[in-house]
Amino acid sequence: MAVDQNLNIELGKQGVMVTTIQELYNWGRRSSIWPMQFGLACCAIEMIATTMARYDLARFGSEVFRPSPRQADLMIISGTVTKKMAPQVVRLYNQMAEPRYVIAMGACAISGGPFKQGYNVLKGIDRYIPVDVHIPGCPPRPEALIQAFMTLQKKIDEQHLTGEDRPRHLDKEAPGEFPVPDFGEHDLEPPSNPGTWTVPKIIQ
Amino acid sequence: MKSVEDIKRAIEAAVPGVAVTVIPNPSPSAQHSLLIDAQHAVSVAEFLRDDEELALDYLSNVTGVDYLDKEIAEKVKVTRQVPKTVDGVEQMVEETVDETRKHVEPGYLQVVYHLFSLAKKHGPVIIRMRTANRTDQVELPSLTPVWRSAEFQEREIFDLFGVVFKGHPDLRRILMWDEFKDHPMRRDYMEPDDFEYEPTPHDEVLKRAQAHKAKVAAGEVIQ
Repeated sequence: MAVDQNLNIELGKQGVMVTTIQELYNWGRRSSIWPMQFGLACCAIEMIATTMARYDLARFGSEVFRPSPRQADLMIISGTVTKKMAPQVVRLYNQMAEPRYVIAMGACAISGGPFKQGYNVLKGIDRYIPVDVHIPGCPPRPEALIQAFMTLQKKIDEQHLTGEDRPRHLDKEAPGEFPVPDFGEHDLEPPSNPGTWTVPKIIQ
Repeated sequence: MKSVEDIKRAIEAAVPGVAVTVIPNPSPSAQHSLLIDAQHAVSVAEFLRDDEELALDYLSNVTGVDYLDKEIAEKVKVTRQVPKTVDGVEQMVEETVDETRKHVEPGYLQVVYHLFSLAKKHGPVIIRMRTANRTDQVELPSLTPVWRSAEFQEREIFDLFGVVFKGHPDLRRILMWDEFKDHPMRRDYMEPDDFEYEPTPHDEVLKRAQAHKAKVAAGEVIQ
């Protein structure tokens, strides 16, 4: 339940602030999304540029890149995920504490990109872990990454703490750990996690 | 630098019993190469490195090539005895018939080394080696003891083509994981069927998409 905005402004003039637990909780989560400090390929260079003075990701409360998954809220899959790297990415995601978010940055991370028909590149990280925001581009410009941050913040802002659409970390039934794929003789096993990903239906 | 023919003669003089073949390159670059038999490859490599005139001290590149089994059909004129009735009498007559004969030339894996000399500032000298076939006799001598820079590239060829280098100090897969069984750069390699087919596939991808659909219909694959 949101507070009427005009009433809120009037109360603010009198030095009174009114809010709801949900707004306060979402404001806290969205204003300090700390990304994990890891990059996979050339998209990582754009990610680094985004944090530097010209684009200044600090404006969005995300300047603190944590070198440990235990302290990070957001995983930016910045670049090509090879099949050899995919189990490590899933393992790092499992080690992050809830609430956690994933941005798949660039053509490779969202679909395999130019390597989609190859034998060695994972065809999108969403085959193993849930992705909140996908950014296309090869590589996406820093503005695109900032757009993804703003999209993620908007998404967090609109979440309800109770009810059917509550976030995963408030849902006891939702999976907390995602299976790490094994190295098989011909491919990763399993080739995808059916709980998080299904083959997109082709409408003809 | 010596011409490739001169290098061939120098090798034959230095390493007795070696079989060296010049493989000509008809393109304008004219980078002819030397095919060397596997038994003498290490002594040839040592000669190329240590010879004072050649002094090929720098190995810049090692790569692999896969040649599939090739079926060759050729037309041959054959004379044979054919029974024929001539003037009411049955007799054997010689007749010339065109016959198509097919034979399979076995494929092989080939390894190519590009050599330069930093001391003499010349190159490249290109040497090649071939395996006996593509299946069970895929061993070649490693040239890592001669040029250390071959180590990782020979591992890569072992990984992607399946050439086994004898005498390599650390022959493991370098790009794919250890449990992986295939050799992805071979021309008959089939990648796992985990591709998402776009709405309008064409050519090769269309064929694979149809095969995939048939598999789904037969219940072999889930999606």
